[in-house]
Amino acid sequence: MPRPQDQRPLSPHVGIYRWQISNTLTILHRITGFGLSFGLIVFALWLWGAAYNEQLYLDIMDLASSIVGKLFLFGWTVAFYYHFANGLRHLNWDMGRGFKLDEMVASGWVVIAFTLSMTVLTWVVVLKKLGVF
Amino acid sequence: MTEYSKSPLRSELGRVRYLGSAKHGARHWWIERVIALALVPLTVWFMIALIGHLLGAEASTLQAWVADPFVALALAALTALGFIHTRMGLQVIIEDYVHSEGTKIVIVLFKDAVIFLLLAMALAGIAKLHFSGIIKWLM
Repeated sequence: MPRPQDQRPLSPHVGIYRWQISNTLTILHRITGFGLSFGLIVFALWLWGAAYNEQLYLDIMDLASSIVGKLFLFGWTVAFYYHFANGLRHLNWDMGRGFKLDEMVASGWVVIAFTLSMTVLTWVVVLKKLGVF
Repeated sequence: MTEYSKSPLRSELGRVRYLGSAKHGARHWWIERVIALALVPLTVWFMIALIGHLLGAEASTLQAWVADPFVALALAALTALGFIHTRMGLQVIIEDYVHSEGTKIVIVLFKDAVIFLLLAMALAGIAKLHFSGIIKWLM
């Protein structure tokens, strides 16, 4: 039997909630964290392969240098820089700082700028090393 | 004194008035932050190593790198804390989106099984790389 309090509307009203920088960055933190979790599978197999299974290591290297592999690595690069920067933003909030609306918006844009520039910088270095250009 | 009352984040007055978590919430919250903070220098260090010389390297290069005791320690710390951080994050996601109790328990246990299996594989790999790297260096 539903209690009266169970029938009250939930907040925020997801259907009519306007997308803005605050809630966009929040859900991105979760999405990037979730995506990075799957990177740990590669991380563990990479170390395991290097130590115990040369063929597995070579297979991972082949996979990583393929187009699909590079796309995954690119995705994890974006996700890492985003989760890293936005995580620092969260740690700052946890100290009770940066809660004013303009501060929150400004730090959000800093996170976006950091993510984009570090991703580009990283891949320029990586592709240069690989001799792509 | 019970365990939770020692948390630096709870005031005596708050406890008396039954404010905040009834159990280990404050401590759990604090540990999440400490681990996240520790991951800041560890991930920066690892990214630099990865981009600097590990990307596309042969297994022997990785072995020589992990032979260094400080590298082995830092890599083990990054691995342990990274997996625990991931486990905590995934736990919250599961609790937020899986509402059926039975399904939730199955998914939570599956997540833990995978996390701990991969964590063990990574740590065992680091240990083997480290010691075989040292032996190679001695010979």
